[in-house]
This record gives sequence, C-alpha cells and structure tokens, in this order.
Amino acid sequence: MNAAEAALDRVTRVPGVRGALLASSADGLVIAEQLMNGVDGRAAAALTGSLVARLARTTAGAGLGAPVFLHLRGEEGSILAVPGGDGLVLVAVAGPEANVGLARLEMLDAAGRLG
Amino acid sequence: MRALEPWVEAPLQAFLAESEARLTLLMTSSGQVVAQHGFGRSLDVMTAAALGAGIVASTEELARIMGAPKFEALVHHGARQSCLLSAFATPRGRWIGLVVFGQETSVGIVQLFFEQLVQQLTDSAPREPAPAPRLAENFEHELDASLRALFGR
Repeated sequence: MNAAEAALDRVTRVPGVRGALLASSADGLVIAEQLMNGVDGRAAAALTGSLVARLARTTAGAGLGAPVFLHLRGEEGSILAVPGGDGLVLVAVAGPEANVGLARLEMLDAAGRLG
Repeated sequence: MRALEPWVEAPLQAFLAESEARLTLLMTSSGQVVAQHGFGRSLDVMTAAALGAGIVASTEELARIMGAPKFEALVHHGARQSCLLSAFATPRGRWIGLVVFGQETSVGIVQLFFEQLVQQLTDSAPREPAPAPRLAENFEHELDASLRALFGR
C-alpha cells in the first residue's frame, strides 16, 4: 500500500465517512480515491480544489496564513478538506452522522505524512 | 460571447460563468465556427478553428492507428495559460470545443463544466437534421456571414 492509499484508508475507516480522495489543488484532478458509489470524485476534486485555492487567497489576504482544515457543512453531510504539502489536498465526504472530530484528527495526521 | 445559433447561447453562457474560461470556441469537426467567446479578431478565430479541428483529426487518427478508442480530451498545460480541446457528439453532428483558461481556474473545473456544457447542448439542440455541408461556391460568402455574426459587424 502506497502513502496515498494509506492516507485514504485511514480517513475512510472513520465512522460515517463515505469516501476520501487525494487531489491536486492546482489543477483539481483526482490523484487517488476511495469513494462509495454515488459520490462523484472528479466533481469533488475539482470543486474542492478550487475552493481550497480561493480560501488560501482569502486567509492570506486577511493575514491568517494558509488554511489548515476546511469543514463545509451541508444539510445531508459535510465536505472536509486538509491542504497538504506539494500542492495536494485531502478531501473526505462525510454523512451527517460522521464523527467529524475524529475525521479531522485522522486527516491532519494523514496529510502531514503525505507532505 | 456570440453564437450563430441561439440555442447554444444559454449553455455556453453557463459554462463561461462557471469555468472562468478566457477563450472558448465551439466548432464543427470540419472547423466551421458555431460560437466564440473572448476572441477579438476574426482572423484569430479562423486560425484557432482550423488548428483545433486539425489537432482533433490528427489525434483521432493516432487513436485509430493505436487501436484505441477516441481520445476524450486533449489538455495543453502552460505556465500561464492552458488549453482544453475536446470533440463530442451532438444531435447536430460532431462538434469540437476549444477552451483556453488561466490560473484563476483549474483543468478539473474546466473539464467538469465542459461535460455539463456538452450535456446541455445535447439536451437543447433542435431535433431537425443539421444543415447540409456548405457548397464550395458559397463557402467564402457563408464564412464571411458567420464571422460577421460572431463579431457583430
């Protein structure tokens, strides 16, 4: 198992997480993914990559440095994202019942090992 | 943004708004321009259309020689600008999209919304048959008329 697969494996073991993917934040393309059926990985990678890039400009403009963790909460679940090193972004798609706190810890640790 | 056929305008406008593309050209597989956004000169449109159609034809022939399915899209990554070139089927025949985009967006976003554009064009296209190919003696006149419509003069 390579580093990307190991990172995704850790994140998807968190209860309630429906899938995870590793994307390139610059071009919004999927590098690796472990997703349940019905989750469009390419759309998640493209849109989350774009969102993370915009948020990075926003936080930098506000003098807050780079974003560390993104939690986008919807009516039926959440998108979690952690920008990693080398222009990577680790993304998780979580249901409403997901343990977001545990997912956050796992994602931060996994992203740190990737970079 | 200008289009020769009105039903192309809404899908293309939505694509431009979502993708943040700098230049977009929709053309038939023979290089006849259907719609354009961002080009300032008709000569640039004609050149881009001819080159785009030629590249698609070359890559499709390359795929045939390799015994592979047709390539879905070709992306040139540049330092400041990139280019997506993709051929797709519509009820009006096979079309080609050429999209130039910069660092304000990403290839993932452009590809994602280009797929939506293709779907919306397919849904919006009139069901009558595509116009017959231009006759050689009318070609120059038709080309001039198309370019006038695309550039509003």
